[in-house]
Amino acid sequence: MPKAPAGTLYRGREGMWSWVAHRITGVLVFFFLFAHVLDTALIRVSPTSYDKVIGTYKNPIVNVMEVGLVAAVVYHALNGIRIMLIDFWEKGPRYQKQMLYVELALFVILVVPDAYFSLEHTVRTIFGST
Amino acid sequence: MDTAAVSDQAVTTLKIRRYDPERDSEPHWERYEVPYEASDRLLDALHYVKWNIDGSLAFRRSCAHGVCGSDAMRINGANKLSCKVLVRDLGPEISIEPIKGLPVEKDLIVDMDPFFDAVKAVKPYLMTDDHEPTRERLQSAADRERFDDTTKCILCAACTTSCPVFWNDGEYFGPAAIVNAHRFIFDSRDSGAEERLEILNEKEGVWRCRTTFNCTDACPRGIEVTKAIQEVKRALIFRRF
Repeated sequence: MPKAPAGTLYRGREGMWSWVAHRITGVLVFFFLFAHVLDTALIRVSPTSYDKVIGTYKNPIVNVMEVGLVAAVVYHALNGIRIMLIDFWEKGPRYQKQMLYVELALFVILVVPDAYFSLEHTVRTIFGST
Repeated sequence: MDTAAVSDQAVTTLKIRRYDPERDSEPHWERYEVPYEASDRLLDALHYVKWNIDGSLAFRRSCAHGVCGSDAMRINGANKLSCKVLVRDLGPEISIEPIKGLPVEKDLIVDMDPFFDAVKAVKPYLMTDDHEPTRERLQSAADRERFDDTTKCILCAACTTSCPVFWNDGEYFGPAAIVNAHRFIFDSRDSGAEERLEILNEKEGVWRCRTTFNCTDACPRGIEVTKAIQEVKRALIFRRF
């Protein structure tokens, strides 16, 4: 039996790439939740260790990761609604592309201000203020 | 008369994914310079290679007019029928690969058996439980319209082999099988809808669809494949058909 030819990447369109992004953001959110359940559970074990662990999050890298988390959750949530509409709304499959563009517009409207307000403090701390 | 901007003897490069099971351990790319006219379809260019450059090139085709569904292949990354695309619309270098997800037998020829097995499994033929009428089974124009889209299928496998779920799970019935089930589920003359819905309600049935719309984009007959799959899902949920 010959091996499956690797060949080129399949050139899918909006539908395929929105699905790829849905998968990736889903996995990212899952890993965040995994870590989040662990660090939150720590408060039942020892409040001082909990404070220490949460304290380590106060750095610019985690700050950027927070913005990434919000972006992943927002995309996954909005695209989840789109997928439900595709499956349950009679006209959903016909308007899947339009729904994706609306979704991406909402994504920018929500994530850009979030990134601004979340990163403001970090940027001011690192680059100083006058 | 050639009115297009393309000159009478333009040249393009076909980059074909070749594989000969008797000589190659791995598939590889092979390039061919092919002259073409403005009216030439990609199938004509493939014939040029086979008849003038390398007779060992293997691909399937029969009617050459988009009806038999033999020459589905991956052209510039996406599934198309080579007899339905013009060479001049495909750019200076055209990549051609076998359709994905089925075992390659030679060059652009894949083993279609798993594909046809999935189609047969949904019982794509009229099933009735009433007495045979003495004349035709009549149907209103509106009832006929209900499943008109899915009657257009030519079983070329462009949809099924464009599906990321099918690439990773060959057990999935795939879009084409669901389209052919849809054609009978929503036919007012047929009474096997319950039976087919139960088949597609299984683990490898319609619920594996992730609505990537690759099938709808790939269908050379313009069938709204993802919509047909969604209608089967909705029929399963609401039991209305």
